[in-house]
Amino acid sequence: MSTAECPVCDAEVEPAWEVERGEIIDCGDCGAELEVMDADPLDLEEAPELEEDWGE
Amino acid sequence: MDVGFVCSRVRKDEKLLLEELRGRGHTVHRIDPRRGNLALDTPHLDDLDGGGTLGTEGDGADIVSVEDLDVAVNRELSQSRGLYTTRYLESYGVTVVNSHDTSRVCMDKVETSLALEEAGVDTPETRVAYTEESALEAAEELGYPVVVKPVVGSWARLLGKLNDREAAEAVFEHKKVLGSYEHSVFYLQEYVDHGGRDQRVMVADEEVVAAMERSTSDGWITNASEGAETTDVDLDTDTEAAAVEAAEAVGGGVVGVDVMHTPDGEPLVHEVNHTLEFKALTEASGVDVAAEFTDHLEEQAQT
Repeated sequence: MSTAECPVCDAEVEPAWEVERGEIIDCGDCGAELEVMDADPLDLEEAPELEEDWGE
Repeated sequence: MDVGFVCSRVRKDEKLLLEELRGRGHTVHRIDPRRGNLALDTPHLDDLDGGGTLGTEGDGADIVSVEDLDVAVNRELSQSRGLYTTRYLESYGVTVVNSHDTSRVCMDKVETSLALEEAGVDTPETRVAYTEESALEAAEELGYPVVVKPVVGSWARLLGKLNDREAAEAVFEHKKVLGSYEHSVFYLQEYVDHGGRDQRVMVADEEVVAAMERSTSDGWITNASEGAETTDVDLDTDTEAAAVEAAEAVGGGVVGVDVMHTPDGEPLVHEVNHTLEFKALTEASGVDVAAEFTDHLEEQAQT
């Protein structure tokens, strides 16, 4: 599993499990919610905020 | 089979379903509606699993033809994106679970209420009004406390229990001034004293697949996302019948029906969910919901 820089605080983030695109992981340093844009190599973006039409 | 898997965010529910599909040897084409666009006659969407593009045969070497999809499943977090993507896929000839018709009815509480009423399914008394003044009149006619909900929304967001006229005036003004245009569609329901509990029933192919009870000792909202306790439950025959009839009323497919009970024990359907989250349902009921869901997709692929 590769690592990536947190786009918020620049800390190195290493997922604790095999992630896939679209999963949300937390940065261990700053706590930001990060979306996995690509799993290999790992690419992270800050996760979007809750939107009004999200749900089930 | 080749499965189009429409989703942007992969939650535990999607992981369970993806594991089941891949574990059975199906080819999954993950489609994130944010990655690409949709033309009237063909998609131009990234195939996240295959590495190419979901499009139309003959458009290029790395194209996965939309015609090769045996079925698609909508697990999109954004109901708007899910709804339109479903409509496009159906237009391209793909069977989608759930269908656009079911999704459209479930996504909008007005549509849901009307579909339930037209099918004779018991549901809380509901009024819609378009101005603050007429909403107040409706609230007075229903009698306080009265429940106000956004017509589109989930996870108990922006639900309000209005105990008196002063609370209603304040909330209606806030909705009018601060909300988008949809918040000026005032959707009001009678408050039902459900004893802090309701039942979530998963229905597929007009059969109950799994059920759980959601209960709270803190307030009136029973959503699992709001911390309600979830436990296994044996449905009585009236509740089971109401859930099945409600599922049929909204157009069928795989849905989560929320049923509460009046103090007299009569079931009232208050919501039907077309992209139901099933992590808590799996844990509470002991049913392998992802397997049941996949069974349904396999059946749909054969039709």
